[in-house]
Amino acid sequence: MQCPKCHAPMHTYNRNGVQIEQCSGCRGIFLDYGELEALTRLEGQWGGGPAVPPPPAAPQYPAQPGAPAWGAPQHGGGHYGGHGGHHGGHHRNRGFGHMLFSS
Amino acid sequence: MTHHPLLTELTLRVRTEAHSRDPATCPCAAATLADRPDATVVRHARTVAKAHAPDTVAADLAPRLTAAAHLPGILLPPLRPTHVDLHGRLVTFWPYGEPVDPEDPDAAPWEPAATLLARLHRTPAPPGLPAMRGPAKAALAVARLLGAARQDHHPALAPVLRAWSALPSWARGESPMRDTTTLCHGDLHLGQLVRHPAPDGPWRLIDVDDLGVGEPAWDLARPAAWYACGLLSPEDWALFLAAYRAGGGPAVPADGDPWPALDVPARALTVQTAARAVAKAIDAGRPLDDVERAVVDACDRMSSVPPELADRFAK
Repeated sequence: MQCPKCHAPMHTYNRNGVQIEQCSGCRGIFLDYGELEALTRLEGQWGGGPAVPPPPAAPQYPAQPGAPAWGAPQHGGGHYGGHGGHHGGHHRNRGFGHMLFSS
Repeated sequence: MTHHPLLTELTLRVRTEAHSRDPATCPCAAATLADRPDATVVRHARTVAKAHAPDTVAADLAPRLTAAAHLPGILLPPLRPTHVDLHGRLVTFWPYGEPVDPEDPDAAPWEPAATLLARLHRTPAPPGLPAMRGPAKAALAVARLLGAARQDHHPALAPVLRAWSALPSWARGESPMRDTTTLCHGDLHLGQLVRHPAPDGPWRLIDVDDLGVGEPAWDLARPAAWYACGLLSPEDWALFLAAYRAGGGPAVPADGDPWPALDVPARALTVQTAARAVAKAIDAGRPLDDVERAVVDACDRMSSVPPELADRFAK
């Protein structure tokens, strides 16, 4: 994507499991819906402070659901984003044919 | 394969049962669908017989069987309204249904499963139904892990037990659930769905052994746990959750964050899954595979975030 301010290309980075876009020109940062809260939450957990409650869900589709703070790093532990493209390393239904079929 | 007496007898019984319903045209296709310590299930053509776990209480199974018979739009109804006794085991008879194909993840019925659960949770529970057995089964899995760990210490024992001990007592089966009226399945996973009539009828829930009244979030918590552990894709989890909400399911709020309601049961089912996996690995003397390790790792991460934080929103 292009930076809305200076129109230089933006690159995607993963910060603590939260996906952010940074402009290669002006170094500005773009956060998707909920990502600021996700980063603040993570900071709060590590600093021992109170977790920030999630923002109300936006009426969007397809919505990416939130995940608990103890979730796998692929989710960014409490990621409340509206990201279409997905983070690397996530296999679709990894336990299929094994764990998903038993008590 | 050598047949133990129960399997041999059950195979004969299901054949007799099938032929009593379909005497002339039976193709006599027979198969053992499951043969585990907690259940032996055999099929003869369109008829299935299940020998329930040896400790199954007849007085508990009866109302569960009745519930299935009265909710044919949700649960697969039994062929006979009551169980029979066979070698001291309770046996029930069912029509054969087409199971979920483990080779085809894309075809997994996440939305029908959620729709059925929403319908189940909205159905008034029949009188006399015991408590849903989810928390009790989680406790059994942890007890089994402790037994296995007596033979051989395992590094995964500590994180699993730590996550377990942080759970509220109801989720460990040590005190009654707050919800004592909502009808729940109690052991939802992909092996609990079949199409009936096979092969392409509507999806129905099977296995009433854990059916009962309790916290409906428990039925959503296994997919929630798989998603949280990175085993279920966000897309499939989103479909499942949206279908449950569209069906008016009461376990989570109609919109907004579902995790305050799901957190405790999803933790409990993650612990249960991890406990079973570690116990099996100890028994077999093998290392954990990557899926099993993902579940143990989730238990490890739980200790940094207390469940009370989430549970307080649920009240």
